[in-house]
Amino acid sequence: MAEDKKLFKGFSRRDLLKSLGGIPILGAVWFAGIDQNKKAKLERDFLLEKLNIKATPPPESGPMSGDPLRIGLIGFGIRGEQLMRSLGFATNEWLEDMAASAARNPNDKRLEDFRAQENLNVKLTAICDIFDVRAEDALRSFNKENNTCKRYANYLDLIHSGEVDAIIIATPDHWHAPMAIAAIEAGIHVYLEKPMTHTVQETYELREACRKNPKAVFAVGHQHRQTQSFLTAMDALAKNTLGHVSLIMTTTNRNDDNGAWQYDIHPEASPKTIDWNAFLGTAPKVPFNTEHFFRWRKWWAYGSGLSGDLLTHDYDRINCILNMGIPKYVTASGGIYTHRDGRNVPDVMHVNMEFPDFTTGGTQREDKEKGMTLVYSATLGNQFERGTVLMGHDASMELGNTLTIYADPRSTKYKDLIEEGRIDPQVPIFQYDPSAGGVDAVTSATAKYFADKGLLWTYRDGKRVDSTFLHIREWLSCIRNGGEPSCGIQEGFEEAIAAHMAGLSYKVGRKVEWDEEKEVIIALPGEDLDAILLDNDYGLPIQKA
Amino acid sequence: MNQKEKLSSLQTIALVLLRLFVGWHFLYEGVIKLYSPSWTAKGYLLSATYMKSFFSWLASESMISIVDTLNIAALLLIGAGLILGFKTKLASILGIGLLLMYYLAHPPFPGYPQGLTEGSYWIVNKNLIEAAALLVIFLFPTSTSFGLERLFAKKEIKPSTT
Ligand SMILES: NC(=O)c1ccc[n+]([C@@H]2O[C@H](COP(=O)([O-])OP(=O)(O)OC[C@H]3O[C@@H](n4cnc5c(N)ncnc54)[C@H](O)[C@@H]3O)[C@@H](O)[C@H]2O)c1
Repeated sequence: MAEDKKLFKGFSRRDLLKSLGGIPILGAVWFAGIDQNKKAKLERDFLLEKLNIKATPPPESGPMSGDPLRIGLIGFGIRGEQLMRSLGFATNEWLEDMAASAARNPNDKRLEDFRAQENLNVKLTAICDIFDVRAEDALRSFNKENNTCKRYANYLDLIHSGEVDAIIIATPDHWHAPMAIAAIEAGIHVYLEKPMTHTVQETYELREACRKNPKAVFAVGHQHRQTQSFLTAMDALAKNTLGHVSLIMTTTNRNDDNGAWQYDIHPEASPKTIDWNAFLGTAPKVPFNTEHFFRWRKWWAYGSGLSGDLLTHDYDRINCILNMGIPKYVTASGGIYTHRDGRNVPDVMHVNMEFPDFTTGGTQREDKEKGMTLVYSATLGNQFERGTVLMGHDASMELGNTLTIYADPRSTKYKDLIEEGRIDPQVPIFQYDPSAGGVDAVTSATAKYFADKGLLWTYRDGKRVDSTFLHIREWLSCIRNGGEPSCGIQEGFEEAIAAHMAGLSYKVGRKVEWDEEKEVIIALPGEDLDAILLDNDYGLPIQKA
Repeated sequence: MNQKEKLSSLQTIALVLLRLFVGWHFLYEGVIKLYSPSWTAKGYLLSATYMKSFFSWLASESMISIVDTLNIAALLLIGAGLILGFKTKLASILGIGLLLMYYLAHPPFPGYPQGLTEGSYWIVNKNLIEAAALLVIFLFPTSTSFGLERLFAKKEIKPSTT
């Protein structure tokens, strides 16, 4: 003290105050900051504890050890090529393009990601495509020293070649069931692209084939099942975070010709390079037509437009989380409003699926709430992003690669917390962004802005992974190690029936009903539902206008 | 500063207040970030609308943790310097640099996306105004009137005479 006095000898108290006055201000600001943070953390922990949602990634599929599996591919088109990359086989052209692209743009990691992909320990031994150009493309790239790959002119020859243990089917929709059934009956494992079937009858037949041959592992190509946030969404629902969900909104929003299935027509396509009759199969015999061959999604004879092509993804995404099964009633409407180019499938479509007996649970008086509508709303003429929303009495959940939950201002469950000001209905009460590798209870509106909505990618340990790769891996693991694929015959059956009901309702213009007990779509006397579904000309005046 | 025209004491008080407030703001921002372990500038940098390649380089895997640490340290030191009245000239210059970086990542230039802001800005925004305030603080030092530097200044000017 004596020392101090000497040091500040020339200082009045006023001087001291003026010299050191900043210190208490600094202290006050510092402690205010700590206090503020502590409060925010307490609120966040309180909410997270209250909601108790577990952010869990799906379980990893088993090891890829043992002898290499011999895989055959039927249909080396747009999707077939993607599937082969996920399996570990890229074409020479793709590798060259990607190398060039990466040289131009160092941020393009597609080649690097492909090279880093885990080896699935398979051989691609067989390929069948009835378009010579595509089949030869495949052979040139895949028939190499360490992988002998043979071309088969016909899918049956491939299945019965004795050279394959498992096949991947990526042909147009009208070929899905016939090929899958032939393979399953031969005891070959099948990965079948969506939609599972093209007619109602085929749906039963494929299920029957699977039941009779339980050793053949069957998976439907809904790769969304691998999305990291889905288990977290399921847990949120199991914990009754949303209360009774009465409405689910799913959407397709596209606004370009490619999105409306106007794919390129290959210059070398001709009756010489394409086995036209093999393409048609059971479809009506029409003369060779490149438009039909490359843009088959635009005609009921081969595809099923929005209901089979895109609704199936959304329906299965929701069915994966809620497991609500086949709707009791389906009503659909729409028309050809954005691409009047001779197609006969709708390009604008709304589907309402009714589940009157289904409930996600409630927080109000028992019996007050039951039943749910799933809306699928699609246009190929506008790409305003409408997202997917599950709307419950207590909260709404936005579903994508990230998952965001908002409390409802009129919620019963969160009433007190909203009144106390601890929950703001404008701010998410829960947000899960697997790319950020963490969970946050209260985040700003901007955080959402950065969220990735792509369906091509999902996340594992915070890293981007190709979801198709994970889906194929899961199927291969079930073949090797046992277990059930996440999208097997039952899930595929539900997907196919729901989609066919939507297509039928659109065509006949009335509510279509599912008889759960008899497992049939109810038809009027004398009505052949499959004939209606396939008929290129069937429709209401508005659909033909 | 040129001492020829002496500031009135009211003018000095106003300048000190300006310095304290700017320091207060920097310090509080720094403390909040320091105690939020998950805080990162990554989103702000990645969403930059100007000089994108520079800011995305700062946000890259190898840089971001250094950038975050430096940002917090700078906020705390500048804030403390301005409040305590210690090395205020250096603090002002550093502060101007930091604010200009914030400004340039999301500048309110006509034709540039403005994202979510709480007001309306054209070329000038609050970051730029705060930088201008720091320029004033740099040019009119007040830490010998209020601040630690008074201790040293006093000693030199008038040796003990009580
Ligand atoms: N899961 C997904 O995300 C996803 C994405 C795209 C496509 N798909 C599905 O994949 C399937 C194929 O779609 P695409 O876009 O690749 O179509 P595409 O027309 O590009 O490819 C189909 C290929 O099958 C071949 N083919 C046709 N009939 C054949 C037959 N009888 N035998 C052997 N080969 C035959 C054609 O020559 C063509 O190469 C569709 O069912 C589609 O719904 C799924």
